[in-house]
Amino acid sequence: MSVAESELEYVPQQWTHSHLLGLESLTAEEITLILDTADRFKALVGDGRNKLKVLAGTTTANLFFENSTRTRTSFGLAARRLGADVVDFSASSSSLAKGETIIDTAKTIEAMGVDCVVVRHRTPGTPHLLAQNLGCSVINAGDGAHEHPTQGLLDILTIRQHRGSLTGLTVALVGDIAHSRTARSNIWGLKKLGAHVIVCGPATLVSRRWEELGVEVSYSLDEILPRCDVVNLLRIQFERQLTRPFPSVREYAHLYAMNKQRMARAKKDILIMAPGPINRGVELTPDVADGPQSVILEQVSNGLAIRMAVLWLCCGRRA
Amino acid sequence: MSRILIQNGRVIDPSQSLDRVTNLLIEHGRIAALDVPADHLSGDPEGRVIDAAGRIVSPGLIDLGTQLREPGHEEDETIHTGTAAALAGGFTTVACLPGTDPPLDSQGTVEFVQHQAERADHCNVVVIACVSKNREGKELAEIGQLVQAGAVAFSDGDAPIANAELMRRAFQYCLMFDKPILSHAEVKELTAAGVMHDGLESLILGLPGMPAAAEEVMVSRDISLAEAIGGRLHILQVSTAGSVEILRRAKARGVKVTAGISPHLFTLSDRSLRTFDSNYKTNPPLRSQQDVEACIGGLVDGTIDVICSQHSPHAEEKKMRELDLAPFGIVGLETALSLVVTQLIEPGHLDWSSALAKLTCQPAAVLGLSNKGTLRPGADADVTIIDPQAQWQVDTSRFFSKSRCSPFHGRTLRGRVETVIVGGRVKFHAEALVS
Repeated sequence: MSVAESELEYVPQQWTHSHLLGLESLTAEEITLILDTADRFKALVGDGRNKLKVLAGTTTANLFFENSTRTRTSFGLAARRLGADVVDFSASSSSLAKGETIIDTAKTIEAMGVDCVVVRHRTPGTPHLLAQNLGCSVINAGDGAHEHPTQGLLDILTIRQHRGSLTGLTVALVGDIAHSRTARSNIWGLKKLGAHVIVCGPATLVSRRWEELGVEVSYSLDEILPRCDVVNLLRIQFERQLTRPFPSVREYAHLYAMNKQRMARAKKDILIMAPGPINRGVELTPDVADGPQSVILEQVSNGLAIRMAVLWLCCGRRA
Repeated sequence: MSRILIQNGRVIDPSQSLDRVTNLLIEHGRIAALDVPADHLSGDPEGRVIDAAGRIVSPGLIDLGTQLREPGHEEDETIHTGTAAALAGGFTTVACLPGTDPPLDSQGTVEFVQHQAERADHCNVVVIACVSKNREGKELAEIGQLVQAGAVAFSDGDAPIANAELMRRAFQYCLMFDKPILSHAEVKELTAAGVMHDGLESLILGLPGMPAAAEEVMVSRDISLAEAIGGRLHILQVSTAGSVEILRRAKARGVKVTAGISPHLFTLSDRSLRTFDSNYKTNPPLRSQQDVEACIGGLVDGTIDVICSQHSPHAEEKKMRELDLAPFGIVGLETALSLVVTQLIEPGHLDWSSALAKLTCQPAAVLGLSNKGTLRPGADADVTIIDPQAQWQVDTSRFFSKSRCSPFHGRTLRGRVETVIVGGRVKFHAEALVS
């Protein structure tokens, strides 16, 4: 074991959770601890050739009941880089298709000796249901429109790496707030760390009620843009919408797409983020997505560091 | 048939504005007399004396809207278990909703329910039959024949009648029989995919919401139709501040409308959904705290006439699902009275007489049951004796219902049913059925 890795032998005492279900219930100190841990893992592991052993002997199961490539791959890689074994559970070939309840399915998998389940599910609260019924760690990898805590954390880590601190920054979340778990996790995390948060998009997707939680609500990207230090462009989740919330994609792009004209009116050092997958031409144009202010790919590599940190903090005491 | 003397109880009968400690005599299945001397049965070896000192003696409770699930969903509840649960909750009469499979839209199914209730021999069951054939909201059911079979009211249960013209025709047709239409007020287009009240909590939880307007639009529509026709309308469940206000105004101008509410709607708010526990998934949904307070206001000023259990049993495995897949509904018969005591009487919102009115004579009036919900001499001898001081902890494993789906498991409640008399026979006593 290298000298640096030995620093990560014991999970810090101030971390008391064995699950990560959302950012709403975490304190600013706990969020900062995750971010600090992620920075250290990122420095240690580098490009991934340096594998660690802090979770050696443990097994992580990916329970993805919703299609996902990037998040599942990211969690799988993160666990392997810490020395854990990883099993992938595919919902379509499972006994769920045979009518088993999700709790029974999860208990069966846990009985095989799994230390941690990473859950993605279309229904809010499903990871909470599993956490109440299982003895192992449960990490929420996205529950419906509720929370996606590791996405929120990796977005915040990316901003922090560029700006040093979140305090006093103005961060706009643009687009489909109503159906976005990423928006909710970002809102909780950003506010706890002292940022000013604006949610911006069509009125059918952005509730005025967010103001009750101290979030600014805007329907005009052009109006808020000059004030923004960060713009996070959320994907329009067509698959979650029962009825189309705006007249046409064309009209949406006209009002809310980040393009060259809008970039000209933004702060020079604005950060352009997108949790992906992105719809090029809808939420942002290719020249912005691939431009100098875009940190979209940094978000992806930070995702790995955040997931290593979260897996280790939640399961490190089991190794 | 033997005689029963209930002595020294605090007899509260809202139908005759009665509230005093006295003795009540039951003879031949009917209320015989009040204020009889304590030694009235001393010469009768068959006579039974029940000492009700420190207890409340009330007309038997009447539940306006119970799901008994039989026929069709016996895994959730049967008429046998549902009526046992009714007795345990102090109800001597339940009006069963027609949302069975097949639905109660024919003489045959109505008579089946009546036969099963006779076989169970627990409490009285009266039938609410369908407004529309197969509860589809397209054609009127054979309302006249259903009345002949014994149906006391008409409703499509939790399937709201979307077609306003059909609702209008139903009000007109029911005028012939002087029967009320019981409406589940919900505009389905506004609640599609919803699992909870649409508000700040649903926004935070990312759960699809059911807006208050979905109820209020339908309450308004039904009131307009009933008012135009002169029909009798009862809103099964009121849950929003807006609905209470709409009803208040309608009553003030003399519309023949009544309304009900179930205890979970004046006890719990949408904040409970933070647990993601499907035992908080109900329809109408648990509303905001302001709505809860407005509903209590409606109970206090008489805008809301009836308290009903909205007993909606489900087999446990159906509720052990993700929140969107779990069905709506919870059981309520065995906790209803104690929640009324704990949430409405103890905090001083209602006194015993006005609370019991909403569980006895007022539901009886909606259903047109002239011999029930009262202790007037000659009425059916349905009596519930309540220990108002008892404290007990809800334990769903001890429910008489087949279903365990209650959000009140573990809660300590005040006031408990002690003895239930149906048709002059003691059917429940000291937490056990009496056969």
